[in-house]
Amino acid sequence: MRNKVVMRLIGARIGANVLLLLAISLLVFLGTELLPGNVAEIVLGQGATLEAVAGLSAAMHLNQPAALRYLIWLGGLVSGNLGQSLVNGDSVAALIASRLPNSLLLAGLTALVSVPAALALGITAAIWRGTLYDRVVSVVTIASVSVPEFLVATLAVLIFAVRLHWLPALAYFDGTDSLSGLIRVFALPVATLSFAIVAQMARMTRAALVNTLESSYVEMAVLKGTPPARVVLWHALPNAVGPIANAIALSLSFLLGGIIIVETIFDYPGLARLMVDAVSTRDMPLIQACAMLFCTFYLLLVLFADIAAILSNPRLRLR
Amino acid sequence: MNEAAPATHRRVRLGVHLSLAGLFGTIVVGGWILVALAAPALAQHGEAQIVSGTVFGPMSRRFPLGTDYLGRDVLSLILYGARYTIGLALAATALAALCGITLGTLAAASGGAFDGVLSRSMDTLISLPGLMFALVMVAALGASVPVLVGTAAVIYTPGAFRIARSVAVDINAMEFVLVARARGEKTHTIMIEEILPNMVLPVLTDFGLRFVFIVLLLSSLSFLGLGIQPPAADWGSLVRENIQGLGYGAPAVIMPAVAIATLTIGVNLMIDGFGGRRRRLFADER
Amino acid sequence: MNAEAAVQVADLRVTAPGLTGGQVMVVDAVSFAIGRGEVAALIGESGSGKTTIALSLMGYARGGCRISAATLRVGGTDVLGLSRRALARFRGRHVCYIAQSAAAAFNPARRIMAQVIEGALIHGLMKREAAEAKAITLFRALQLPEPERIGSRFPHQVSGGQLQRLLAAMALITDPELLILDEPTTALDVTTQIEVLRAFKRVVRERRVTALYVSHDLAVVAQIADHIIVLRNGRMQEEAATARLLAAPAHEYTASLLAAAEPALRAAPAQTARPLLEIAGIVAGYGRPGNSGLPPVPVLHGIDLAIRPGSAFGVVGESGCGKSTLARVVAGLLPPARGMIRLEGETLAGAAASRTREQLRRIQIVFQMPDTALNPARTVARIIARPLVFYHGLSGAAARQRSAELLELVHLPPSLVARYPGELSGGQKQRVNLARALAAEPSLVLCDEVTSALDTVVGAAILDLLTELREKLGLSYLFISHDLATVRALCDEVMVLYAGRSVERGSRDTLLRRPLHPYSDLLLSSVPELRPGWLETAPSAPAGIGRVVGMLDGCPFFPRCGARISDLCAQEKPPLRHLAKGAEIACHRTEEQLLSLQPDTGAAKLLPLATASTS
Ligand SMILES: Nc1ncnc2c1ncn2[C@@H]1O[C@H](COP(=O)(O)OP(=O)(O)OP(=O)(O)O)[C@@H](O)[C@H]1O
Ligand code: SF4
Ligand SMILES: [Mg+2]
Repeated sequence: MRNKVVMRLIGARIGANVLLLLAISLLVFLGTELLPGNVAEIVLGQGATLEAVAGLSAAMHLNQPAALRYLIWLGGLVSGNLGQSLVNGDSVAALIASRLPNSLLLAGLTALVSVPAALALGITAAIWRGTLYDRVVSVVTIASVSVPEFLVATLAVLIFAVRLHWLPALAYFDGTDSLSGLIRVFALPVATLSFAIVAQMARMTRAALVNTLESSYVEMAVLKGTPPARVVLWHALPNAVGPIANAIALSLSFLLGGIIIVETIFDYPGLARLMVDAVSTRDMPLIQACAMLFCTFYLLLVLFADIAAILSNPRLRLR
Repeated sequence: MNEAAPATHRRVRLGVHLSLAGLFGTIVVGGWILVALAAPALAQHGEAQIVSGTVFGPMSRRFPLGTDYLGRDVLSLILYGARYTIGLALAATALAALCGITLGTLAAASGGAFDGVLSRSMDTLISLPGLMFALVMVAALGASVPVLVGTAAVIYTPGAFRIARSVAVDINAMEFVLVARARGEKTHTIMIEEILPNMVLPVLTDFGLRFVFIVLLLSSLSFLGLGIQPPAADWGSLVRENIQGLGYGAPAVIMPAVAIATLTIGVNLMIDGFGGRRRRLFADER
Repeated sequence: MNAEAAVQVADLRVTAPGLTGGQVMVVDAVSFAIGRGEVAALIGESGSGKTTIALSLMGYARGGCRISAATLRVGGTDVLGLSRRALARFRGRHVCYIAQSAAAAFNPARRIMAQVIEGALIHGLMKREAAEAKAITLFRALQLPEPERIGSRFPHQVSGGQLQRLLAAMALITDPELLILDEPTTALDVTTQIEVLRAFKRVVRERRVTALYVSHDLAVVAQIADHIIVLRNGRMQEEAATARLLAAPAHEYTASLLAAAEPALRAAPAQTARPLLEIAGIVAGYGRPGNSGLPPVPVLHGIDLAIRPGSAFGVVGESGCGKSTLARVVAGLLPPARGMIRLEGETLAGAAASRTREQLRRIQIVFQMPDTALNPARTVARIIARPLVFYHGLSGAAARQRSAELLELVHLPPSLVARYPGELSGGQKQRVNLARALAAEPSLVLCDEVTSALDTVVGAAILDLLTELREKLGLSYLFISHDLATVRALCDEVMVLYAGRSVERGSRDTLLRRPLHPYSDLLLSSVPELRPGWLETAPSAPAGIGRVVGMLDGCPFFPRCGARISDLCAQEKPPLRHLAKGAEIACHRTEEQLLSLQPDTGAAKLLPLATASTS
């Protein structure tokens, strides 16, 4: 009975996210529909003959009504048939497959570094709130979230690669490196990406905790003689799981913005750079596919956060 | 009568109650806005004027922030760039805030299906990762100023909507709004008379935050070469144009980025400085 | 001062940071002592410093406050001399605290048992098993249901009254030298309060606990305290043994508190004319109506009433029974699903938006919370001027003139017009609230708990004002309150609401005469009296039998009714009965049966119910 309630809630969340994804796909599709001119002309270049344009248009279903093209495109997305790049005719799926693992590796490493660091910062700041430590953390994190990633990246390159020659300025990763080589390659990109995310996440974690620390049951715990660390960890933390999970998800979605910049600066062969390049060349099928991938990733994160919030709430778990 | 009134001193409405950091932030932000307004008067050299034979020159008396990849004065470029960076971001923020607040308050005041549909659509928009959405828009429509401002505004409207709506929903549930409703007031009167005046502080705070996000977004686009197009150059474009100078440690790369950081940090400190007063809004001030 | 006293306080002062930077004295030169095994009470209005004093006995000061004292000793410990660490060891072991709202004081994410025994474990007093065993003993002593199992629940799974008792168990687990009870029953309904109070008194007496009981309610304190300390604005007014203080208050302020505790009946002009407001068969609730047109959360199930011009109609019932909902329906804020509303014979539309301006003008509403009922961003002048413009087209000098008259009408100085609501006291806000309603020149004012958020003395002044305005302006009131005494003080006619149904309706005098509807009877006999020893003679409600499955059409009061007839009451809608005393009740019991179940002593105060006659 009780688990049914939770399952229903989670099911509803999943359903809502699927609907949301559909809505987004419509937006992405419409976005590319705004493109002026005939795609076939763009693909074939200026010198193309009328017949060639007509032939390609038919092949790309460009003569069909938009609604039908949307359905065809959506069907392709689901079945993994993402079409072909307008620029070089390569299969979009293959292009993405060659880049996706690199981006996942970068994002995964960043999450691995930043989540524990941020939680530690946020929780300690909440425990020692009002102290000098807390104020320093607060100012530093404010500063870090307001700094553009490319400033962090350029400064990092300037200091560690150009001046100190400790680390390479570019992040080429061919998979055969040793562990130390791996660390050298990823140190700068991961540090840059983590910089803003850690700050963001730490601030939100602290805010969520401080919020619960203001409740009566925390005052009650203090009046029972509970030591401060136990007050935060045993009393406040379980009630802040929902907001903290949410903070983590939101911050990790910041990764999406950061990764675009970082892959460009460090010339990292990831999905984000593929997309930036596609935007410069207006390679629409590729842009669409990348956009859908990023959105899916984002929605998954938010979904996990929602589920964590549901599972951590005894009011929902047990009626 | 035996009802004691609380201390009779008047509270300073919307008064300045800034912390030191907040004061600092306000000064920095104010300074940048002045710079943006008076750039032509302040800059020693023209925007496109090549004034030195040395490219990526270091800081010197003549060129306080060095020279760029063409031998132009970086300080002058930054002063001019302030107009684009601040101007575009302000325009986009104002647009986003206007749409967000109007729709949010309207949704809260009318409720029902209107609120439902609007909230759902905004939820969809908010779940688009910002920079990526901007990339798609720029790819489709090109990087003109209206497209950039419009895109940034669209990306940040849902956030403004959410904040405005949630604040308005809280106020809307208050008894003084019920009294107005029971009096027979029209929805728009309730919005203007009862709800909006109580939203000023949270909405201003949100405006500042949104401005920071938009500055960062537009700079990132420029940095990728997909933002404002040459010859116009905001701070993000300056970083991009001079990225080759990184190897030489040229100030031309670092300084524009630092300018962005001072602006955004300044705004954030400013908000934080009087953010504490927000909570006071409905508190009994005894 | 008594050397053996468990608590000794001399010259206690607490300062708080003021808005303008200076220090504000919150508690000033307070001295008292509590002997071992004694119960002392701190009594005073909100803001008088009760909780601050109580917390300072634990060496705890809220946000930025500072404590100083010549002596502050609890059980031989000098509290102010303790280091932070020593304080943590002291709190929860030597002094324990029971907070006002148990619902907020329990951590929603942890099981009750873990929280109850936490103090004993932290202070290393017992092993877990021993602590749990002791907790269960305490649960039993506090008369909690299922003492062995209740600890394994989460806080949201038990009722408010039970949580309050669990909080007491949490405080008693370490056998503290001092127990502080801070308004422990204020958040409860009267019928629940009496049970909790009884449980508290029993454990306190049995275990010879030294206690400090903080309350604003003299009648409650009279039942449990040995001596009473009266506070006002952070200063002690009077300290005396309970019986003496009640019989012969030495201080004028104490006397005014005593007077306000049992509000005098206000005269009611009896008029017989056709009703001003008539409502019939109102069904209303929240949520989007389903296919049947009925809301998914029905709150009111068929309410009828009629209010004569110039009279006050009272609605009384426990929290959540639908009182405010009724006011909303009449005001047009919540269109009813069924039923009709008629103002002087004219049928009103359900929604305010579809009523005419004239209809709207004649019904005005005044809400409970003075803090949220006035727009904090507008001055008093503007708040009062709005209805003047809206209904009467007054503006400029004419509006200012009228505003001044209205302020005078509610006894406020004209200088107040320039203030913002944040700069007014609770009582002043409520007067502005009334002035705004009067600006419309209404015939009917809906008063939703207008005195509940105010201190007793201030509330009594508002009741006087309402009475005066009614005589002067010929107003009618729909007066809503959870407090029977308040309703009876002001109203000519009273309706008792239970779970969205009217269970009894009659003139206020009929509420003093038996037989009563079983719920009215419980409500009436649960209101604490100033007389010490009342608690012992007050009736007890039968233990609730919990949720009754399949009970759809029966009497809503069935699970708690001492007079229930097992199957009949659960399954069939109780019929309306006209009683000889002139009231109307909804009950299966006949007048004779009820009379024999509620032996009438002829006194104003009524006697316990006989035991339930059910299987
Ligand atoms: N906006 C709402 N949406 C859904 N349910 C509501 C809403 N407002 C009130 N209720 C529910 O309707 C019932 C009656 O509420 P109402 O406010 O009328 O009670 P009340 O008798 O005034 O209580 P109190 O004495 O606490 O003010 C309660 O169960 C409450 O939870
Ligand atoms: S109808 Fe039955 S249950 Fe209801 S009040 Fe009367 S006797 Fe009690
Ligand atoms: Mg109510």
